[in-house]
Amino acid sequence: MTSRLLAVAVPLLLLTGALSACSQEDDGPFITVYNAQHEELLKELAPKFTDETGIEVKLRNGSDFELGNQLVAEGDASPADVFLTENSPAMSLVEKEGLFAPLEEGTLELIPQAYRPASGDWTGFAARSTVLMYNTSEISEDELPTSIVDLAEPKWKGRVSFSPTGADFQAIVSAVLETKGEAATKAWLEGLAENGEVYDGNNIVMQSVNDGEVETGIAYHYYWYRDQQESGENSSETALHFFTNQDPGAFVSVSGAGVLESSDKQEDAQEFVRWLVDEAGQQALADSYALEYPLNPDVQLDSQVKPFSALEPPVVDVSALNGPKVIELMQDAGLI
Amino acid sequence: MAIRLATQRRPPERAQEGAPVALRLLGVTIAVFALIPLISLVQHAATVDPDVALGQLFRPRMAMLLGHTFGLMVTCVAASIVLSLACAWLVVRTDLPLRGLWHVLLTAPLAVPAFVNGFGWVSLTHAVEGYAGASMVVTLSYFPLVYLPVTAALRGLDPVHEELAGTLGLSRTQTFLRVVLPQLRPAVLGGSLLVALHMLSEFGALKMLRFPTFTTAIYDQFNTSFNGAAAHMTASVLVLVCFVVLLVELRLRGRRRYAPTSSGTPRVAARLELGRARLVALLLPGAVTALALGVPIYSLLRWVSIGTSTGRGSEDLLPTALATIVFALVGALLAVALALPVSVLVVRHASRTSTLIERSTYTANALPGIVIALALITFTIRYVPGLYQTAPVLVAAYLIMFLSRAVVSVRSSLEQAPPVLENVARSLGLSRMAATWRVTVPIVLPGIGAGAALVFIAICTELTATLLLAPIETQTLATRFWSLSGGLQYGAAAPFALLMIGLAMPAVYLLSRTPGRKS
Repeated sequence: MTSRLLAVAVPLLLLTGALSACSQEDDGPFITVYNAQHEELLKELAPKFTDETGIEVKLRNGSDFELGNQLVAEGDASPADVFLTENSPAMSLVEKEGLFAPLEEGTLELIPQAYRPASGDWTGFAARSTVLMYNTSEISEDELPTSIVDLAEPKWKGRVSFSPTGADFQAIVSAVLETKGEAATKAWLEGLAENGEVYDGNNIVMQSVNDGEVETGIAYHYYWYRDQQESGENSSETALHFFTNQDPGAFVSVSGAGVLESSDKQEDAQEFVRWLVDEAGQQALADSYALEYPLNPDVQLDSQVKPFSALEPPVVDVSALNGPKVIELMQDAGLI
Repeated sequence: MAIRLATQRRPPERAQEGAPVALRLLGVTIAVFALIPLISLVQHAATVDPDVALGQLFRPRMAMLLGHTFGLMVTCVAASIVLSLACAWLVVRTDLPLRGLWHVLLTAPLAVPAFVNGFGWVSLTHAVEGYAGASMVVTLSYFPLVYLPVTAALRGLDPVHEELAGTLGLSRTQTFLRVVLPQLRPAVLGGSLLVALHMLSEFGALKMLRFPTFTTAIYDQFNTSFNGAAAHMTASVLVLVCFVVLLVELRLRGRRRYAPTSSGTPRVAARLELGRARLVALLLPGAVTALALGVPIYSLLRWVSIGTSTGRGSEDLLPTALATIVFALVGALLAVALALPVSVLVVRHASRTSTLIERSTYTANALPGIVIALALITFTIRYVPGLYQTAPVLVAAYLIMFLSRAVVSVRSSLEQAPPVLENVARSLGLSRMAATWRVTVPIVLPGIGAGAALVFIAICTELTATLLLAPIETQTLATRFWSLSGGLQYGAAAPFALLMIGLAMPAVYLLSRTPGRKS
């Protein structure tokens, strides 16, 4: 009798306890950030912002186009106050839908014009360079291509890898599209689909190149530098090849930050974006594990990373990069 | 004897004429709730521009995905059947040493989620990437779904049929093929159906093993377009495939029954003495256990000891485990709470409506977690934006996904408690409440417990829907493991997986003790 009573009562008590644990609310000002940048980076930056301002930062993590399209689907009902991406095409997507509130002048002027759209709806806050990682014992430096476009040639069959499902590679494709046009991009993607080993994530690309599974891999610079700084466990057998001469393979992708018009916390949200690009935030970025380039000219990445000024990226208008078209082309090529 | 007579004159189904209106309303509400994803998916797919839809459906990549998905499904089902039959026969019908231990060990892979198993393998060797590796890993993760019912069925077989076949001149092999196997057919088919459906919705393991199927493609499309047309079209195809699998199983099962011919208790079949072959026979369960349990657990422990990131994020370990347990508990308890009225309707108030209500809770079996998540996102944005991205929606997804497991358990235990027992208790002077409490509840309680345990394990190890639906700042062991391992922080990720296995293990152990009641 007692045991039967217990068998019914204990679960009910547990349930009440569990539900009350769920409904604990914390007070105080906070903003909600839809974050497509690396979760670890924002987990390093956000507490510093909170220390300075007392504003808590709640993160919803996802990928560029997932969160970008999510904002579009949510429209005015979105709980998001700020949107951060790894790459700019998803920012343009949200901008085209008119969902951003203009950023304050004081915020915009901290970042050079080349890294933000003329509209002033959002701004770049970090940059990353495209690179070709290669396994030093599988391929020699002089065999490497001079242009990323060459990787579509038949001689690269089975010798190149990338992560087509990631927004990073999609941004690189958008740069090829912007500089070479649609027909050339289509042909390039078809060649890559034929030649490439496809992995899920740039880290896995690097690891596979390091393990000798494949000779080269397209990714961004910081994956390699981070691993080198940490232990070299997944990069010790590899080196970086930077494309030069404004080749699309030298594309520098801009991570964007913007404030949603639907947010009812405009002031706090604007403050967060301003903090991200002012000296404090940019220094925090430079000091973090991330090794992405700060875009505020007053702050420099202080490490062994190839200097930002030494890069030779193609000139592209950040708001011209066409995300949806890239997705369409990649679907046609069977890459996603 | 009196009880028996009473049941015969008035079968339990007719004990009461109609169900109380409140109960029926409740049942219908639960059915509608369980059907939300299907309705939402159909509704959304129907609004997609036909040109866009056709363009999405007839791409070369679709054909590739279809080939991968079917190939993997057929291989895994076939391999699971062979493996399970061999292991079950060794454990039940031979004098294999340590049979009890092997039985538990052969059930235990259920506590290791497939994506953890995939991680364990692929972080040791790249050789498991692709078709062959994926087939092996998925089979090792899911074969217990066939092994368990087959073992239970084999234990329940009356050896008299086999002895008869022997006296009629059939050899041992012929007897197995022509007498034993047909009797195991329902168990094999039921288990195979579960393996096929699990495989169709498998995401994490196949992502890790680089073998794209429909489910991984939907996730990729979700990543690039949120709940766009592409994801919905692929999801529709996947659901169609799932329903085809369900129909094929129904068709194969047919209406044939293998009922015992006598009403007596069957004897226990004599065990085959393996003699010297015992040691050789040990190799099979030994190898299966080593591959399905040993490798992933060894790999996780290895990463804990050699990973450069070990210890990072360990302060999250307890809160994350707690959050997981809270979700699993709430989900498990609510699932049995919803399963009760459905079971009462089916068992005590059989009618067409009751059957429809019960069946509608099963439709989610054909809807992979990712499809349910996608549908709930669309549904909440459109109709209940206030609930969007909240914990109740995630719990709702768990309930829709796993309600059928609770219904199966609760229902079968309720069948053991015909209303006539309560009537007798009342005729002996107990009040209605007291009769239910003292007669029906004790009979039903173990079944409710088993149902809750099944749902608990399922939620503890759920990855895909949780990735899409978890409220802001909420993480479970599965999602934390997923994001850490994706960032190559294997040492930091491994403890989360080990905890997940630890949480599920006791429930799986209980499962191995219960005689099979799987459909």
